[in-house]
Amino acid sequence: MDNFTVGVVVFPGSNCDRDVSWALEGCLDIRTKYLWHESSDLSNVDAIVLPGGFSYGDYLRCGAIARFSPLINALDDFVKSGRRVLGICNGFQILTESGFLPGALTANKNLNFICDDVELDIVSSKGGWFNDGGEKQTIKLPIAHGEGRYHCDSDTLKKLVDNELIALRYKNNPNGSSFDIAGITNEKGNVLGLMPHPERACDETIGGTDGLFTLKSLILK
Amino acid sequence: MDQFAVKVFVRLRPSVLDPAGEATKSASIKLGAEGIKSLRIGKMIEVNIEGNGENEVREKIDLLCDRLFANTVIEDYEYSLEKL
Repeated sequence: MDNFTVGVVVFPGSNCDRDVSWALEGCLDIRTKYLWHESSDLSNVDAIVLPGGFSYGDYLRCGAIARFSPLINALDDFVKSGRRVLGICNGFQILTESGFLPGALTANKNLNFICDDVELDIVSSKGGWFNDGGEKQTIKLPIAHGEGRYHCDSDTLKKLVDNELIALRYKNNPNGSSFDIAGITNEKGNVLGLMPHPERACDETIGGTDGLFTLKSLILK
Repeated sequence: MDQFAVKVFVRLRPSVLDPAGEATKSASIKLGAEGIKSLRIGKMIEVNIEGNGENEVREKIDLLCDRLFANTVIEDYEYSLEKL
C-alpha cells in the first residue's frame, strides 16, 4: 500500500512483534519496520504498534520500565501529530503506564493466566478502529494475559463513557475489568489500547478474521 | 554527602481488588490461622542513596515513588528514611 509503513516496536521481552508484522505484511500487504526500543527516530514510520509480550520481564509492573525507553519518550510528539498508535496487550499496559491512556491494568481477578477466545461488543468506533457499519457489532478475538483487569476510578470511568472512549467491552468479563472494558481510545481517537490480540485473528485457518479491520485501520489518516 | 537507607512501601489502594492477597488469605485460613480479617500484599523497595541532606534525598525519593516505584492510579506509597 504505497509507502505507508507501520513501525512495530521491539522491547526486550516482546513476543508478538513477529505476529503483528506477519499479519500486516502477509494478510494486508502493509509494509512494516521493526523499531528497537532504544531508537527515538520515528520519522520514517506512519503508524506504530506496541505489540504484546513481557517488556523488560514485566519487572516492577507490566509496562512500567518500558515507559522510560527512548522510543516511548519520542511517542508524545508522534501522537500529537495525529498519527496512529495501537497498543496490544503489553502494548496497552505500556500506554496506560506512560499516561497516553487513562487507568491501569492489574492482575486478573481469578489470578489465572487466561488464554481463550472472547466475544466483544464494539461500543465505540472512535478513530475508525472498528467496523461500525451496523453489520457486525460483536467480534471474537483471542486474549492471552495474566494482568488484564482494567481499573480506573469512577471519575475516569464517567469521562470514558461520556466521551465515547470505550472501544470494546467483554460480553462475558473474563478478568474482572471495570465496566467489562477490553479496549479504550484517547480523546482524539488516534491511540487505541486493547487486551485482545487482533493480529492473532487475521486468517480463517487460525480461527477467525475479526482482527483484520483493526489492523487495516492503521492506514487511516 | 550524606548516606541514607530508604525503605519504600508500595501498596494497592484500598479500593483496588488484591486477588493475590485474597488467595493468600484463603491459604492462611486453610493453614489453620484464625481471626484474619483481611490480608493484602504490597512491595517493599530498599534504596541506599546519597545526597546533600535529608530534604534533597526526600525530593529524589518522592520523584522515584511518584514516577516509577508506584503507579498512583492503583497504588499508594510511603517510605521511611534512616541516615547511615
